Parts: sequence; C-alpha cells; structure tokens
Amino acid sequence: MTSYYRNAIDDPPLLRAAFTTMAVTFIGLFLLLPLVTVFWQALGGGLDAVWDAITSHDALMAIRLTLLTAVITVPLNLVFGISAAWAIAKFDFHGKSLLTTLIDLPFSVSPVVAGLVYVLMFGLQGWLGPWLRDHDVKIIFALPGIVLATLFVTVPFVARELIPLMTDQGRAEEEAAISLGASGWSTFWRVTLPNIKWGLLYGVLLCNARAMGEFGAVSVVSGHINGLTNTMPLQVEVLYNDYEYVSAFAVASLLAFLALVTLVLKSFLEWQYADEIAATHRH
Amino acid sequence: MPLAVDSIRKRFGTYPALEGISFTAPQGAFIALLGPSGSGKTTLLRILGGLEFPDDGFVRFADLNWLTVPVRERRVGFVFQHYALFRHMTVAKNIAFGLAVQSRRERPTRQKIKQRVEELLSLVQLDGLGGRYPSQLSGGQRQRVALARALAIEPRMLLLDEPFGALDAKVRRELRGWLRGLQERLGITTVFVTHDQEEAFALADLVVVMNKGKIEQYGIPADVLRVPQTRFVADFLGGGIVGSPHK
Repeated sequence: MTSYYRNAIDDPPLLRAAFTTMAVTFIGLFLLLPLVTVFWQALGGGLDAVWDAITSHDALMAIRLTLLTAVITVPLNLVFGISAAWAIAKFDFHGKSLLTTLIDLPFSVSPVVAGLVYVLMFGLQGWLGPWLRDHDVKIIFALPGIVLATLFVTVPFVARELIPLMTDQGRAEEEAAISLGASGWSTFWRVTLPNIKWGLLYGVLLCNARAMGEFGAVSVVSGHINGLTNTMPLQVEVLYNDYEYVSAFAVASLLAFLALVTLVLKSFLEWQYADEIAATHRH
Repeated sequence: MPLAVDSIRKRFGTYPALEGISFTAPQGAFIALLGPSGSGKTTLLRILGGLEFPDDGFVRFADLNWLTVPVRERRVGFVFQHYALFRHMTVAKNIAFGLAVQSRRERPTRQKIKQRVEELLSLVQLDGLGGRYPSQLSGGQRQRVALARALAIEPRMLLLDEPFGALDAKVRRELRGWLRGLQERLGITTVFVTHDQEEAFALADLVVVMNKGKIEQYGIPADVLRVPQTRFVADFLGGGIVGSPHK
C-alpha cells in the first residue's frame, strides 16, 4: 500500500513496526500471559473445584474482609484526597511542598515498612501497645490494623489524580462563583466538584483496586489467622504455601477478575461520557 | 453611589503591588485603570471586587465601608480576563447561577429566573444560545455570556479585567462600543482594567494611569492626553494615540 499523505513527524515504517512489535510483545509476555495463566490454572480442576474453593468458609471470610476494608478505606481516601488536592491546588500556605511530598511517601516507601510502623506503634511491644491491651482495644492482628495499613498504602491515589487537574483549572471559576454570591459550600458542590468528578472517579477506582489488592503492608499487621484476618491476597498466599494450587488460583482469579471489572468500568465511563470529560478540561 | 478609594496599599511578600492609591469618581462613571503589566491595576480591581484585601487603606462606595462588606454581599459584577465561565454548565445555567445560589427566601421562582435569563440573553444579543456550552461559543460570545452572568445579580458595581484582551481587533471594536452603550443605559459604576491606551481613552469617562503601584495621573481623557503630568505618562502615551502632543 502506498500512502499519499505523509506527516512531518511520520517515522519510517520499519521503525514504527519495530516499536509496535516491542510494545505488544512486552505487554503480551509480561502482563497478559500471566493473567491468562491465573485463570487457566484456576479452571484446570474444573468449574466445580473453583466454586468449592471460593465458597469455602475461609475464602468467603477473606472476601468479606477484603470488601469491608475497601468500603472503609476508599471513602476515607475520597475525603482526604479532595481536601488535600483542594488545599494544594487552590491555596498558598506554608508547608505546601512538604505536604505534596508527604502524599507521595507511600509510593516510595516499601509497604512492609508501612506495616511495621503500625506494629511498632500499636503492637504489644509498641508505644501504645500496653495502653491498648489494658483498654481491650485490638488494632494489630485485627480489622483496624488492616484498615490502617491499607489506608497508608492507598493515600496518594485520589489526591495524586486531582492535584494536577485542579491546579490546571485554577481558581477563577471559584472566584466567579463567590463574587456571584455563592457560599463556599455551594461553590464546592456546584462548581468545584462537577469539574473534577471524572478525575475523582478515576482516582477512586484505582484506589479501590489497590485497597483490595494490597499484600505487603496488610501481611505484616494481619497475623494470618485463617477465616479471621486473612484478606484475599493473603488467602492466596496461604493456600499456595499449603500446596492447594487450585484453590489458590481460584481466589487469585477472583481477585484478578475484580481488578478487570474496575478497568472495564473505567473504560466504559470514559467512552460513555467522552464529550463531557473533554468539556471539563480547559477549552 | 460615588466611589472613593483612599490610600490603598498592598504587598505580596516583599513586592509592593500598590503604594497608596487614591481617587474618587461619581456615580455611574466609567473608569479605566490603564498601565503596563505589573502596575497593580488588576490587584486594585480585585480589591474592589473583594477577591483580595489591602494591607492598608479605605474604600467608600454605596455609603458603605466597602472593604468590610463580604464578597458575597458586595453584589459586584466581575468579568474575568478569561471569563471564568462554568465550563460544565450551559450558557443559561451560567447566567442563572447568581440567582440560583441565593438563599431560599430571596431566590426568585424558577419561572422568574428563566424569564430573567431570556431577557439577559437578548440584552447581550445571544438569543437562542442558552442551551450551548461555553466551549461551543466564540470568544466574543463567551465574553458576552460572562457579562450577562455578571449583570444577572443586578450589580452595584461592574468590574472588568481586560475585557477585550482575548478578542481580535474587529470584534473588540464592535463589543466595546456596545458595552459602553449598555453601561450608560444601566448607569452602573464601572471600573475596567486595560493596558491598551486607545481603548481606555475611547471608552472611559475617567482614566487612572498607573505605574509600579502608584497613580501617575488621574483625570478625564482629554486632560490626560493634552497635559501629561509625568515623564512616564508622556512616554507611555507617546507610542500610540493619533493627535497626541508627544507623537
């Protein structure tokens, strides 16, 4: 085929083919193949085996704990993310760059360290351990610890998504709203929030995916009590270490399925509301 | 409602933005703040609008200690440089905003708001475009939406920040004549910021020439043009106006 139109930035066809092949091969080998393997392995023992594995008592408890953790941490991150992004993007204050850096901390710190920090604070040998024990409050090896560790790891997702968006949009629209007589609250609901809702949704979806999938930090604080403090990722590891491959892959594939649902949901929303998303970016 | 601005000072950190600005203007005047960028004219406009607060000074307007009136209660029609239209709302929703956010007691009925929006749309000659989004309008149209939105709250004062800055020369000339006519009809005291001297002298009743946070000269256009009082004014005007004594 001869192309009659050539763009100034067109690369030679050979180079283009090479880059495309490289990208496709890389994604295929390192992302797609492992994912397919997970489902393949899970289904190796037949659908019944998968069903039995994910409806066993321990698995159901793990699913419940994972969903519960996500239900608690995602809304908290939503509120924190909006407040932090709002403050950073719309106001100047002392310590702003420090706050921006701190929000990124969970991205750079190993999740295991995050988990250990909570053990050091709330564990029996930790600072608050004796006081907590005397008052019969359980944090480590219980739901609160798991929520805290997950929260630490997922803090950046919503804020990171919103900060560039809100900075880019500036504060002119908010100023216009206030000079037209709107209260701060009404400005937020009518002007700020509608302008960021797509970025916010994206951040929430990513945050949710991470909250359900976190392993390292949760592993340290959970205590791995079967049917009690094991989340789905931990359950997968326990099953795998017990040589229960079919069950391990069954739970793993459920986890992978939840992640895929997240991605599909995101793509669907982007496709459905493409016009509106374009409109809320700078015209 | 005469406007009296008295010894306004404002610093941003160590940078002096305004160093003692004072002038008075009668009710209904069309006042141009003219000066190069960095002269403090936008800061002064934002102070009048309540978006910025001076470190020192006094403003009297509508028989009020103006600076103590909260932004929300000033009823100032502010037209921003890049219009700051609500991009997720239709033109009609944009214009209705100032009415829709009023407390339930003061808010007009939905029917009244709708009627008011129609009136304003036809006042700014945008009949039938109420259902469009700002991104679907031309620059001149957006500018007029911004103006209609500001007029919807029946402002006591109209503040325009480089209102024609983003428009091409032809649209600019058409719009400004129209705007002047409208302002005269409504009789609203209006302050507008510009760095374009031709625009300032063609439109304003009173011109405030500013430089580095100070007023270089203040008066009616004819006087400023005929007798520039400082070296700066003479040089600044020297560049453009036909018939200027320094040309």
